[in-house]
Amino acid sequence: MDTWIIRAARLGDDLVDLTVAEGRIAAIAPAGTLAAAEARTLEAHGARVLPSLIDAHAHLREPGFEYKEDIASGLAAALAGGFGQVMAMANTNPVNDSAAVTAFMLERARASHPSGPFLRPIGALTKGLAGTELAPAGELAAAGCVALSNDGKPVVSTELLRRAMEYAADLGLVVIDHCEDPTLGAGGVMNEGALSGRLGLKGIPTVTEAIQVARDVLLASYLHIPIHIAHVSCRESVEVLAQAKAKGVPVTAETCPHYLLWDEGMVDGYRTAAKVNPPLRTKDDVLALRQAVRTKVIDLLATDHAPHADHEKDAPFAEAPFGISGLDTALSLTTLLIAQGELSWDDAIRLWAKAPARTFRLPFSPLTPGAPANFILWDEETLWTVSRQTMRSKSTNTPALGMELPGQVLAHVLGGQLLFQRQPSPWPIS
Amino acid sequence: MPWPHKDLLDVTQLSKEEILLLLDTAQRFAEINTRPVKKAPVLKGKSVVLFFAEPSTRTRVSFDVAAKRLSADSFAIATSGSSLQKGESLADTARTLEAMHPDAIVIRHHASGAAQYLAERLACSVINAGDGQHAHPTQALLDAFTLRQAWNGELEGKTLTILGDIAHSRVARSGVDLFSRLGIQVRLCAPRTLLPPGLASWPAEVFTDPKAALAGTDAVMCLRLQLERQQAGLLPSLNEYAARYGLSSRLLAAAPDALILHPGPMNRGIEIASDLADGPKSRILHQVAAGVAVRMAVLHLLLTRKP
Repeated sequence: MDTWIIRAARLGDDLVDLTVAEGRIAAIAPAGTLAAAEARTLEAHGARVLPSLIDAHAHLREPGFEYKEDIASGLAAALAGGFGQVMAMANTNPVNDSAAVTAFMLERARASHPSGPFLRPIGALTKGLAGTELAPAGELAAAGCVALSNDGKPVVSTELLRRAMEYAADLGLVVIDHCEDPTLGAGGVMNEGALSGRLGLKGIPTVTEAIQVARDVLLASYLHIPIHIAHVSCRESVEVLAQAKAKGVPVTAETCPHYLLWDEGMVDGYRTAAKVNPPLRTKDDVLALRQAVRTKVIDLLATDHAPHADHEKDAPFAEAPFGISGLDTALSLTTLLIAQGELSWDDAIRLWAKAPARTFRLPFSPLTPGAPANFILWDEETLWTVSRQTMRSKSTNTPALGMELPGQVLAHVLGGQLLFQRQPSPWPIS
Repeated sequence: MPWPHKDLLDVTQLSKEEILLLLDTAQRFAEINTRPVKKAPVLKGKSVVLFFAEPSTRTRVSFDVAAKRLSADSFAIATSGSSLQKGESLADTARTLEAMHPDAIVIRHHASGAAQYLAERLACSVINAGDGQHAHPTQALLDAFTLRQAWNGELEGKTLTILGDIAHSRVARSGVDLFSRLGIQVRLCAPRTLLPPGLASWPAEVFTDPKAALAGTDAVMCLRLQLERQQAGLLPSLNEYAARYGLSSRLLAAAPDALILHPGPMNRGIEIASDLADGPKSRILHQVAAGVAVRMAVLHLLLTRKP
């Protein structure tokens, strides 16, 4: 096991040295005060040390859609993007609704990334995601699934959702719900409003989401069983969640960097890279979401990493698939929000690591002596251009493509091992 | 004035001067269309592909006639039998068409934004002959041409009511922008289920009561009602739509002198009563003639442009 000393890293407001030994953080002290004989040295040059992040919502596409992404490429993007754990949705082919598929996915993850990042599969809530029968949740939990979801396909039957929540609760699993009324705005391709009216594109109203959020909140309240709301996109949903949280309803929620940074204007000109479900909304919704992540009405951030091949997105707007690739850019977009004064670094750590760990009962390693050494060094100053060359995901479907963004992972340490460092390496390792 | 645009995607891209130049050019071509020999050699050697991925007779034939009257070679690709039906993507179709080196592609497609999609990828001129529910610039231009003729060039201050399925209409979207910029007061009228979101930002007055919308109007344009709107639950029945919103002498009582337009094809007895369609105030066949002249002007300006 390697022994490391990391010099001059920023921890909160302080400049510190960290030593890592036997997979754990051994000591943290003011910069320049630690001596570690026979340790390898990393000069952080003031880069920020952050806990390794958790993505609670990603589509890694394997099995079945390896031309978009596979588990190896998705985890490589995660590693370079700062994520040590990735929760993968079940809408693969075959669907992850059996232990065999879960085991296959975990095996693929171990094969390419034996020391992490770690795949945390999410089991299908219903067989084949068809929304008619419960998937074998006990079997899925035993095989390693950490949550259950029908993501991508809303659960139409409220009776079935209720039973799924009850059954999952016995197993200690949380249900993640993709809130979308199945009829209101069905067939829509972007936010409903003046812009959709002008572009002649069918709109998806905000209430398509908020009505289902309200349903879920009422169910969670009635059953006293937690539910987690995926990718919240609009003010109305935030208002429903705020009210529910004030009453102590066991509901948690996530949103994604793209909803905090961009509004529907990004699709003007029929830009399919910005086509995502739920759709990018208005500036007012962006403001409501920013407020909600600060005030903990929305608990956590997730990427909803949804890679698609170029030839799929290269189509007239209505025909292109929904989804934005997110693992490569998530922390840079968060850094942008911090630079704009919308979030603090403490918020970022809470939203990207502490809250997802708490919500889904995953390990979280604090930056304290004795804790497992799972952290990244984040160089928040360096600018990089998002491109096919700089992204590690197989797919480049993001409105950020071509943008210059702040922040890069200099190093990613998991279990005390240096699994990733930016190339060319900024450090001569001594 | 040199023509600056490679493509015609929507009227929103045109300045008022360019719109007037286009209409004046169309006026000159309209005269050619009344001569015994209706052919001018101005586009000899140019080739125009008519790529219609959605059924259309009148617009396709109109562009075809326009191209031939200017001595261009035109080639039609229809939906049935085209490789689009065999699942070829628009991207691949575009590349295939481009490889044939046409000077212009006229595209009709069911997807909003399809014309822009082609224009961004092809070096040749792209002319939008209707993209989904987005835009239909030559229709708006031919409507303006028709009204300009009927009103001897006096458009300022006149009132035009567009009656029907505004929500799904590319004709209405392009029309509202063009007519309002020519000084016409535009009114829109439909049941709320057939109005698009965000109308407050459109340069038009919005009505759901057709009597109020038609009171004192100088012209009315009926829009075709697609039969699937009833199946989609936007209307209880076609009969009820005809009774409430179908243009009839009774509805037009408050504007008996109003000119009547329809972009076609008509559902007689649904959005428009037969006697009005064929009556003395109807300008529907003038619109068809105007269509050829306007499309000749568009082809001429785009294909003789100095790059």
